[in-house]
Amino acid sequence: MRIALLGFGSVGQGIARALREKDLGISITGIADSRSGLIAPGGIDIDAALAQKRELGYCGDPSVRPMDVALLAEYDALVEVTPTDVITGEPALTHIRAALGRGRHVVTSNKGPIALAYDDLIAEAESRHVSLRYEATVCGAIPIIHALQEGLAGNRVKRLSGVLNGTCNYILTRMSDEGLTYEQALMEARELGYAEADPTYDVKGIDAAIKLVILANTILHMDKALDDVQITGIDLLTPDALRLAEEQEMTIRLIGEIIPDEDILRVSPRIIGKAHPLVVEGTLNAVTVDTDMAGEITFIGKGAGSVETASAIIGDLLFIRDRYVTGT
Amino acid sequence: MKLEMKDTPGQLVAALKPISAVGGNILAVIHQRDALSTAETLDVQIVLELPEGRLERLLELLREQNVGVVRIGEERLLEKRSFILIGHLMHTDLGDTVDRIDRTGFAEVTEMSLVMPAINAPSSARITIRSINIDDMKSALTILQNVAAEKDLLVIEPLEEM
Repeated sequence: MRIALLGFGSVGQGIARALREKDLGISITGIADSRSGLIAPGGIDIDAALAQKRELGYCGDPSVRPMDVALLAEYDALVEVTPTDVITGEPALTHIRAALGRGRHVVTSNKGPIALAYDDLIAEAESRHVSLRYEATVCGAIPIIHALQEGLAGNRVKRLSGVLNGTCNYILTRMSDEGLTYEQALMEARELGYAEADPTYDVKGIDAAIKLVILANTILHMDKALDDVQITGIDLLTPDALRLAEEQEMTIRLIGEIIPDEDILRVSPRIIGKAHPLVVEGTLNAVTVDTDMAGEITFIGKGAGSVETASAIIGDLLFIRDRYVTGT
Repeated sequence: MKLEMKDTPGQLVAALKPISAVGGNILAVIHQRDALSTAETLDVQIVLELPEGRLERLLELLREQNVGVVRIGEERLLEKRSFILIGHLMHTDLGDTVDRIDRTGFAEVTEMSLVMPAINAPSSARITIRSINIDDMKSALTILQNVAAEKDLLVIEPLEEM
């Protein structure tokens, strides 16, 4: 199986390394980052690309653009792992459309296109008899999409609730454990690389809300946009509030929640018992789905990270290979 | 409630049976022969939980058993939830915030813990609201949310029923 890899940051490099180390029968015939691209029908020299990225800051030939790779490289599946833009979905949306237009499978970790245009994209994929998979968009390494689409197929989801943002969970864990203020915990998260320089997207609950939109639209057949989610972030929480919760053996976590029957999509800090399965530590993610046949099932795992996201991407690639791709 | 019944075998069981018949849950039975009561009757105090609206039916059933009801105690509020409020709680008249719940008649604020870290810094409070049933709790929460929106307060709700 041949793939083209668009996006060569932490996630893209993680995928390249994993494919180099594991003998999965997947070769990379095209790569690109925002400044350069490389097309090699016989397979890219991954070590050389990683070394160049490290030395020069870009991985290929500056005259080759990502769209050239999407349109011209020979591949079975496009792996789209460029940074997310939740307003426009670009440039990922154009890359994905180009690949689907060529009748190629697409695997992405990019939340923008899936949250904004899933119905269009999946219709296009179906008309071309190819697959569009996006496990890595929600909860990193936790195979929640696979679980809901395959493992729990036929179940009705009564409620889904979860800790969907590792940055917020880290901040709340530290405020709770050490009595830090929100500002102190955020600063610490930044130093450790858990929070972006501009943390708005995470701490205001937007990232978690987009994940809810993806789950609602792609799994629960709801038709939702980001504006349909009631969102409250964690930036106004006080250490006193956490202490008041603590006095009753409770704590506070940012919870994303979907109740399909009541048409509710909601992200907000919630008081939750310390022994509740969704109370996970640090940057972990956790999701509980309550279904009619299987009852309640909780998944806990790493929600972000280079190798963890690669795990989700590679799972999707192998799923596609086993069902669609014949030959090499 | 306090019941008065004939002090003959089987009477206590006869008095307790209707409680389960109406879906009630007996929490305690206090049963003592009072020197002041006459020899023929027995006073029993029963603490029980009843689904809403079943009290009348229970009283009917007890009358049919010839069990006299001496006194019915206060109906207790059975639903209980704690919320945390963050914001300028004192400057926005905390008394009024509480009163808007209490005024409903079906829900009331029964506990509060308040922390005020510094002047002009937002304070935090945990309030416990009790109501007769879940629907009343939902109505009380809606009121609380409206008051909070008006006063620019953050309400943190429990994830699960408490």
